Amino acid sequence: MADNRPQLPNGFVAFVKKDCPTCELVVPVLEQLAELEILSAVFTQDDISFPELPVTSDDTSLEISFFHEVETVPTLMKIQNGIEVDRIVGWSQDQWEAFVGVNDLGPDGIRPYSPGCGSLSVDPDLQGQLQKKYGSGMTSREIAFASAEDEFEAMYDRGWSDGLPLIPPTVERVSAMLAGTNREPEEVLALVPPNLVDLTVEKVAINAVMAGCKPEYLPVVIAALEAACTDQFNMHGLLATTMPVGPILFVNGPIRKSIGMNSGMNLLGQGNRPNSTIGRAIQLTIRNVGGGRPGEVDRATHGSPAKYGLCFAEDEEGSPWPSYAQDQGFSPEQNTVTIFPGEGPRVIVDQLSRSPDELARSLAIGIIGNVHPKLVMAFDAILVIGPEHASRFVEAGWTKEKVNEEIINHTIRETDELVRGADGIGEGLPEVFAGSTLPKLRPDGGLIILYGGGEAGLFSATIGGWISGDKGSLYQTREITL
Amino acid sequence: MTTSVLDPTNERTPAHRTRAQRITSLQGATIGLLDISKPRGDVFLDTIHSLLEQRGAHVLRFTKPTFTKPAPVDLRHEISTTCDAVIEALAD
Repeated sequence: MADNRPQLPNGFVAFVKKDCPTCELVVPVLEQLAELEILSAVFTQDDISFPELPVTSDDTSLEISFFHEVETVPTLMKIQNGIEVDRIVGWSQDQWEAFVGVNDLGPDGIRPYSPGCGSLSVDPDLQGQLQKKYGSGMTSREIAFASAEDEFEAMYDRGWSDGLPLIPPTVERVSAMLAGTNREPEEVLALVPPNLVDLTVEKVAINAVMAGCKPEYLPVVIAALEAACTDQFNMHGLLATTMPVGPILFVNGPIRKSIGMNSGMNLLGQGNRPNSTIGRAIQLTIRNVGGGRPGEVDRATHGSPAKYGLCFAEDEEGSPWPSYAQDQGFSPEQNTVTIFPGEGPRVIVDQLSRSPDELARSLAIGIIGNVHPKLVMAFDAILVIGPEHASRFVEAGWTKEKVNEEIINHTIRETDELVRGADGIGEGLPEVFAGSTLPKLRPDGGLIILYGGGEAGLFSATIGGWISGDKGSLYQTREITL
Repeated sequence: MTTSVLDPTNERTPAHRTRAQRITSLQGATIGLLDISKPRGDVFLDTIHSLLEQRGAHVLRFTKPTFTKPAPVDLRHEISTTCDAVIEALAD
């Protein structure tokens, strides 16, 4: 920003607005400094006649305040050789006297301290306009719709939508979105498949606006996209496959609560803004920046409603076990997002099992159906255990590790039942696997157990995965940072 | 009121490439057969292999590590520098 900033005169320079009691308070001080000829300018933000001084300058456009990042009024800056060397904000008699090197500032009895007000240049209602007017640092092409055009229809016509309406990504909205991260708009996060093009923070922010995200969701979207665009996650393959899979996201850490995610009743369903829009932002980014569109590189035979974007949070507060992120070595204060290549969720009902062993068997047989009962070891799974199911395990003192191990053990089957042709079914394992036993899920990470859902209902939900590991996609966890 | 929005796409225009010269004869040509590692792709390619050799072609076989990912750049380079044409087998 330094290159195109308006220059400030040498000496002391103040920024004020009339609609600020502290600025009114310091008018006699400014008069005093002007008389001493050490005050070079007073930039007024809202009223050119305030204060009535020869050095008062018009900044009602807020250009100078914006470029010099004035956040509080009054602000007093010291300028040498055209460069700001220091600034103080608000009014503190002692601080001002030390700053300008003059004693006895202000009339007798002046209040010694007053904190000041917010600068108009950081007013949230004006931020977007100012960013647009004075340079947002954004480089994306602006597309103007004709006055007779309906902007919502125009966005559909340009092929940007997943089928649902989009929020128009105006400069103002994208600027506000970018305030959700400390990263620069031009920072390249990854090469986004399938076209392997640079994915900038700005493009993510544009798509996040369209998806309906709020700025505070943006760090989650960024972390998820960084994870999606790795060779290990293999988003290209996930798009190109004929199977009905997409990136499934779940969030751990305090950010779940601070952005208002749902980890309870209907956590996998509709009705919660971050749950509904974060996953959608990922998919829209891959569609619009990466070029991954259904019927083109996306070759899904049936697809899945989860491909609009499925994102949810683990119920860490309700869980009797450490969170998934803690299991991966993160602290409870760290925020993470995990991206998993998966289908839509499916319920496993068991309203009758009372012992943990019965229930583990029940959940195992439910998971065996993922993809195909005769295809094993190649597909991971998520199991979202509902509170009522979890209580069966907790009452018996089972840890999450034990639940995981027991469920996988109960999926072990004779491979003679799984090979091609067995049970009169052509599908199955190659004949070389006959004469052995295999579990449905690989024991080292094939099952992710999460806790979540409404308090009532003896149900859990499973999300079947796509081909796991090096041959397909390996789920990824990323820390979410601002 | 006119609305203006920021372009959510990558704003790239596709590069136009000319296709490689088609071969006019199999006699003496080197033909690459790329197995993408789908089940039974080898069955299909074995048949193509012998049919090509009967017609006087020299055949080289290549395999992608997995069908779920694009072919590694080194593999693409090797095929493009050693073969006159390539046949890629999908499968199942």
